[in-house]
Amino acid sequence: MSSEVAILGAGMHPWGKWGRNFVEYGVHAAREAMKDAGVEWADVQFVAGAETIRNGYPGYVSGASVAQALGWNGAQVTSSYGACASGSQAIATARAQILAGLCDVALVVGADTTPKGFFAPTGGGDRTRDPDWLRFRVLGATNPVYFGLYARRRMELYGATEDDFARVKVKNSRCGADNPYARYKKSFTMEDVLASPMVSDPLRLLQICATSDGGAALVLTSLDYAKKHATDPAKIAGVSTITPQYPNTVIEMPNFSTDSAFGVGVPDTPFRDSIAKPAYEQAGVGPEDMNLAECYDLSSALELDWYENLGLCKPGEAEKLLNDGTTSLGGRVPVNVSGGLGAFGEAIPAQAIAQVCELTWQVRGQAGKRQVEGARAGVTVNQGLFGHGSSVVVKR
Amino acid sequence: MTQKTRTPAVEGWFTLDENDPRLLGTRCTKCENLFFPREETFCRNPACVGTEFEEVKLGRRGRLWSFTNNCYAPPEPYVSPKDPFEPYAIAAVELEEEKMVVLGQVVPGLGTQDLEAGMEMELVLGTLFEDDENEYVVWQWRPTEERSQA
Repeated sequence: MSSEVAILGAGMHPWGKWGRNFVEYGVHAAREAMKDAGVEWADVQFVAGAETIRNGYPGYVSGASVAQALGWNGAQVTSSYGACASGSQAIATARAQILAGLCDVALVVGADTTPKGFFAPTGGGDRTRDPDWLRFRVLGATNPVYFGLYARRRMELYGATEDDFARVKVKNSRCGADNPYARYKKSFTMEDVLASPMVSDPLRLLQICATSDGGAALVLTSLDYAKKHATDPAKIAGVSTITPQYPNTVIEMPNFSTDSAFGVGVPDTPFRDSIAKPAYEQAGVGPEDMNLAECYDLSSALELDWYENLGLCKPGEAEKLLNDGTTSLGGRVPVNVSGGLGAFGEAIPAQAIAQVCELTWQVRGQAGKRQVEGARAGVTVNQGLFGHGSSVVVKR
Repeated sequence: MTQKTRTPAVEGWFTLDENDPRLLGTRCTKCENLFFPREETFCRNPACVGTEFEEVKLGRRGRLWSFTNNCYAPPEPYVSPKDPFEPYAIAAVELEEEKMVVLGQVVPGLGTQDLEAGMEMELVLGTLFEDDENEYVVWQWRPTEERSQA
């Protein structure tokens, strides 16, 4: 049985700090995706929403919130949450419905309205059993603190430098400047990046992703249905929503500690190295077959970790890939030609979907100045706190 | 002025013994896996169905796995002990025997420039913040020796 579904349509609302209801961005993105697909709202049989937790009850039932705003059409509905990986949870659910033969046309949608500044725990009161509350209270461990720990570790292990991290930002900002959906359109220089204020040593403001408003949507269909609407559509060939294996020995948000490796042997594959594997395997491809990748650059330093986790190179070789131009537009496997999180800022439930939108446009040859020449296959990777791996392989 | 009550910032996660402060974890009585913060209901080893745990004091020393700092005040529920906020460092320390990395604030007065990966670190007690009646105590990491000048 084929495990592929067609991506008939992709749509986004531009990222920014618009301050409007997240449903507006979701509806806008959904309408764009349906227009792109040539599919009417009445034809959508299943709606998979990615949840947002900072917008009250409508955010928790985001699938229904967007469906209601589009006008109830009697579709089946679900809403998924996996933190930053929420989008791929929604994609995985829609794909499973299609592959099970339960529907032919599914709308996947994620949108968010974010507060200013650092992400903080949601809800009020003292929650002394909630690790996400405790990490702020007891450590002041913001998200950038974890990014800073990973970045420093990379410097210690592989000799990465502040210049390397800055170069990632410069590379991605050049692409972001050409992306109409990106929030930041400025092409930054090394001097700009290295002069920006330190936030969590060794990471500076321009190396840490912002929090943004935005929305992204996909129309996924069965391959049979797609045949009637498109020739040679983009396809989702693999999806991973993998969890870690015990013991997870790398510190993860929002934890205070790693698992102990005292009693049980460490798994052969560390968590982040395991994330893309199921997606590659389902697609019957490997990292060497990828023409491009969209990875979750919460910090510019983290992008380098992802090169290795995705199998684009061996551990310790990411700086070489960056510096010899392999991962730049025009290189062998460009990374984050959308501009990445550095140019977008994080709109949590929309982000994993937005990664797939970019790959869709790329494999169709519709990415304009950002186009990766001859792109036929690409991979996304992302991770949500509390153990959510996320990866999607898109091909044509 | 009356003495403030020394109150642990989190109940049951560490001892208040000034001379030998320790993090308090738990050990599954069935498979002997260790947990910090304490696990007391179900063993998280996927091959074990243990539901009974005994308290264990974790080792006080470890090696610095990585480190960073907060140059800006974190959002609530963090409470700054100083006004205005002063940047502070955060360490990830690998406990040798427990084979586990544990985060903690670094003692006040030391910044990232005073740290290098691999340094030996030890656990001490410090002040998270104070209110009118309480001094909220937290574990902190401190290098056992000064940084070698590279």
